Amino acid sequence: MASEAVYSHRDPMLKKRDDFEDILEERRNSSDLRYALKCYTPVLYKGLTPCKVSELKQMVLQSDQLGYVITQVSKEKGMTTDEVTGDAAAILEEMAQRLQLSTVRFFAFTLSKVFKTLFRSICVNEEGLQRLQQAIHNHPVVLLPSHRSYMDFLLMSYILYTYDLALPVIAAGMDFMGMKVVGEMLRMSGAFFIRRSFGGDKLYWAVFSEYVKIMLKNGYAPVEFFLEGTRSRTAKSLTPKLGLLNIVMDPFLKGEVFDISLVPVSISYERTLEEALYARELLGVPKPKESTSGLFKARKILSEDYGSIHVYFGQPVSVRSLAESRVNRSQFNLIPRHIPTRPSEEILSFVNDSAYRLVRAQEENMVLKPWVLLAFVLLQKQAAEDKQGTALDEFTEQAVWLRDLSRHYGAFLHWPDHIPPSEVVSSSLSLHRGLVRISEGRLLNQAVVILSCVSYRNQALNVFIRPALLASAIHTAASNRKQEIYNGFSFLRNMFSNEFILCPGATVQDFEEACYLLVKTGALQINQQEVLITERGHRTLAFLTSVLDPFLQGYQVVCRFLCEEDCLTEKQFIPAVRKFIIKHLLTGRLRYIEVLSSDLQKNALAALIRLGAVQKIKGYVGFTHLRVPLETTKLFSFTLFISSKNILPLLSVI
Amino acid sequence: MCCLCNTKRAMCLLTCGQSIWVCLQEIMKWNGWGYSDSKFLYNKKGQAEFTGKRYRLSGMIIPGLREWMESTFGANLQHKTPAAPILNSSAVQPPTLNEAFLKELKSTGIPFSHDAEDRVFRSHGHCLHEIFALREGKIGRVPDLVVWPNCHNDVVKIVELACKHNVCLMPYGGGTSVSSALECPPEETRSIVSLDTSQMNRILWIDEKNLTAHVEAGIVGQDLERLLNESGYCTGHEPDSMEFSSLGGWVATRASGMKKNIYGNIEDLVVHIKMVTPQGVIEKSCQGPRMSTGPDVHHFIMGSEGTLGVVTEVTMKIRPMPEYQKYGSVVFPNFEMGVACLREVARQRCAPASIRLMDNEQFKFGHALKPQVSSIFTSFLDGLKKFYITKFKGFDPNRLCVATLLFEGDREKVLQHEKQVYDIAAKFGGLAAGEDNGQRGYMLTFVIAYLRDLGMDYYVIGESFETSVPWDRVLDICRNVKARIVRECKDKGVQFPPLSTCRVTQTYDAGACVYFYFAFNYRGLSDPVHVYEQVEHAAREEILANGGSLSHHHGVGKLRKEWMRETISSVGMGMLRSVKDYVDPNNIFGNRNLL
Repeated sequence: MASEAVYSHRDPMLKKRDDFEDILEERRNSSDLRYALKCYTPVLYKGLTPCKVSELKQMVLQSDQLGYVITQVSKEKGMTTDEVTGDAAAILEEMAQRLQLSTVRFFAFTLSKVFKTLFRSICVNEEGLQRLQQAIHNHPVVLLPSHRSYMDFLLMSYILYTYDLALPVIAAGMDFMGMKVVGEMLRMSGAFFIRRSFGGDKLYWAVFSEYVKIMLKNGYAPVEFFLEGTRSRTAKSLTPKLGLLNIVMDPFLKGEVFDISLVPVSISYERTLEEALYARELLGVPKPKESTSGLFKARKILSEDYGSIHVYFGQPVSVRSLAESRVNRSQFNLIPRHIPTRPSEEILSFVNDSAYRLVRAQEENMVLKPWVLLAFVLLQKQAAEDKQGTALDEFTEQAVWLRDLSRHYGAFLHWPDHIPPSEVVSSSLSLHRGLVRISEGRLLNQAVVILSCVSYRNQALNVFIRPALLASAIHTAASNRKQEIYNGFSFLRNMFSNEFILCPGATVQDFEEACYLLVKTGALQINQQEVLITERGHRTLAFLTSVLDPFLQGYQVVCRFLCEEDCLTEKQFIPAVRKFIIKHLLTGRLRYIEVLSSDLQKNALAALIRLGAVQKIKGYVGFTHLRVPLETTKLFSFTLFISSKNILPLLSVI
Repeated sequence: MCCLCNTKRAMCLLTCGQSIWVCLQEIMKWNGWGYSDSKFLYNKKGQAEFTGKRYRLSGMIIPGLREWMESTFGANLQHKTPAAPILNSSAVQPPTLNEAFLKELKSTGIPFSHDAEDRVFRSHGHCLHEIFALREGKIGRVPDLVVWPNCHNDVVKIVELACKHNVCLMPYGGGTSVSSALECPPEETRSIVSLDTSQMNRILWIDEKNLTAHVEAGIVGQDLERLLNESGYCTGHEPDSMEFSSLGGWVATRASGMKKNIYGNIEDLVVHIKMVTPQGVIEKSCQGPRMSTGPDVHHFIMGSEGTLGVVTEVTMKIRPMPEYQKYGSVVFPNFEMGVACLREVARQRCAPASIRLMDNEQFKFGHALKPQVSSIFTSFLDGLKKFYITKFKGFDPNRLCVATLLFEGDREKVLQHEKQVYDIAAKFGGLAAGEDNGQRGYMLTFVIAYLRDLGMDYYVIGESFETSVPWDRVLDICRNVKARIVRECKDKGVQFPPLSTCRVTQTYDAGACVYFYFAFNYRGLSDPVHVYEQVEHAAREEILANGGSLSHHHGVGKLRKEWMRETISSVGMGMLRSVKDYVDPNNIFGNRNLL
């Protein structure tokens, strides 16, 4: 419980955040060409030894780290070291960026044009950029933006160029390279390309990690990558991927640099370009392969209004202070540092915790538009089968109630307070008119709309998730006893830790945070033994319970599906479970269309595998009756106690 | 003045013949470094000056020092923090005497004293906190009695009496410890007796066939060298503290000398050791140059830091005095190149007697310590050199660094060796920068300790500490430890950026010894010593995290004890512990160092 001591209640309402400045405003009033050709002299890292792109490659190929792996591989494969070095050079060639100012200027010009047509404004916190500038001067910097759209990294570079900050080198997926011209252009604007999977390829890993480390250590440029690994299709933050974070932390852990600054960046779109695309993808319509021609088709997007973008550069996080009293750095004293070693348990858990912390930092500074809250109300209505639609003033009243609640919970809400709420609501509705008029029609069409709405609602889930877990735990608990509620909370939290960003091992903190928020807003009274719902707390708790309800039911339906199946391949899983869900939706036994999201289905499966209720055997999934670990029995009792509240018919099997 | 000192002086004069050796206590500062007559001060014109006649710098004006101090630390001549001028004897606690022990001691005729001044003088080493407290007139627990054995047999008698009467013994050599090793443990309730070895300062014999000398362990470095020189020999063991530190102290702390590349460190120099312990005397039966007789018992003694007994006599290797000595220096464009050059020199195993690499801050510091030049010609020449290096060769004055060199041996070989080293240096962008710079560099190592006292007169406190580290870690450890010091100072509320600098002072096959210097202006801090200690603690943590050792030659004492277990493992601690338990079960040698 060491982490418990670290935790302290800070009132989320008191969270101080910077003001925003619209960078498009100036673009609308002055020449884009002059802007693209402006004098660009960024502040650089103080320890920088300037070097060219080609020198950088030489440094990688001549590094001790790579040298070691090359010798190893040449022995294993019976090749000469020259041959292996040739392979390494080829990998590097395929991977390396070729940052060029002229290309950046080209992008600065064209993106100005594009952004002005697409967006009303691009708002950034200038104080954050000042902090970033300071950070770049002092230490190697890693930029960690949230990932919701292809736009993200172009946008990042665009902003950094605008503010005369050092342009980053960006880790991009190899799929971009498919787009011939564009791929090369991205390369010249700082992108370097990595294969999506290279599990066993030692040489590839060595080249890649050394390339990143050398750029970072020398302060060549800030290194940018996406902690979430891929774009989140649901607008919920994804469980962070640890590979790259591990690589960029390594130079600090091994003492090669004094410190490294990690800068979480939160990019929030009022409307994502990929809105409908994502919904279709989640419903099983495959995603189009990235291609240049596809990009041109995307031109019709240009005629639409995508509202505004908010980009918040968070407080730089020092790896040194993260690691303080957590990592014993002298563990690297006894093996030469250039010999690749598997990171210890201690390091892995440190990197994992740091990753969660950073994703949470991203979440906290995401700007939420009124529409996000409206999506909650709309979806809850929809699930309640309220077919008549809602009177605008009732709708507004609910939105205002939710606005106040979310503010109490520390949401970074951009609700224009000087405008009457009814106008705020109607203007939000009009921006998203494509989604709001939910009509009858085929399930799939309806589902696309619903999932689009869900992706907006999801943007604020992180604000409510802990209280919602608590509310559900209270709802399902048989008594008011605090311990019992805690157990329920802990179970639910564990169950949903693939679904939401819930730091591993922080159950107690999360429970206390949830209690704190609910007590603060007067929804609960908690004493030593008991948890009591207050008179005015019922509305809040009802709302919070229904926040989690779609997920609960989704997981249950996945459970039921798996119970009915003996054995199936992983590939079959999604189509089969989808069919099963559609059947339930049509019979009316399931109310939430959003359960059709393949994201939820995959998460549910991953959770069941993690909890040991389902076992993966050579690519097959299915219930195992042989191993009945503790988790399975817990799961069993969970489904029981939920069913005792008549949420779903009892799950008979297991 | 105590009467004992006079008798002692008479005695010394007797034993040392024409020697200038006198009772050191009388000519040394009681609350600062070194000789009373030698110190830095600002004269009436506000210029820095070094007083006395003992050093090359003595009597000279140092024009650049004031500006350097002002710009580096934000120090100001208006803001003085003078030390308490004389020891206030009433601040010293009356001695806890063990009457029975005293009575028997008297009967042996070994000189002793419980005079306050004698006791305070032996109650400390030269850690910052020790000197700071003395300057403020604060005296903690001090030894209750000082004894001056004259020979090995005296020591045997004293140790026997101490065991018999359960008295705590603390051996005292030159008093130059920087590890809190001489601090009396405050929890010690027994009478503490400081066993001062200074009277055991004779060379007992010289064996020219085997090139060894048998010496009493209380002799201080400069006397040992001088006396051996008279016979045409030297040990070549020259730690920076050699003016005051003693042979016994070197053995007890595993000392290292500047010229170890030729002569070796203390463990290489020692052939035979005699030590008196509560269990009796330990020594080997022969003087074979190497033995395979189980673990070398000398290694229980070396580094035991006075916890097992008193080293009384040592047989040491000696060498004929070198025919020729030559200083040198090389300027490198940056520290990285300098380290790469030292590494190459070590790889080729052609290190001169001494090779040291100062970083840029230290180079500037050395520059500030240049004495006033008398001739216009010299200053013109200096200007020209500076122009050549910075403008013509394009060295950045804020990045360049300097290596100082000392070659020794016969003339021809020295010149050949010199060429080899300069050729290597050239490959790393190094430019030869003259003998003068080199010589001044080495001279500074002796006066630099005096400079701390000047700093302390003007709100500046500082210290040096060292480590040893594998070659591949040298640059990283230097960067990280220096940066850590700067950051910790800032976090702890130090108003001005500290001086945080380092140098590589020794090269080995597998690594190097690195020295850090750290000082800051403490105006505005309520507890500067505490801040200082926190920063030093953090710096040591950083050293260990970067693969550095707990100590290269200063030892552990009580200052670094807390890291011993992680340094040598629990089993290692158990081994040392069991030796202590066998040799000294009643903790007679109770200075509580090391373990």
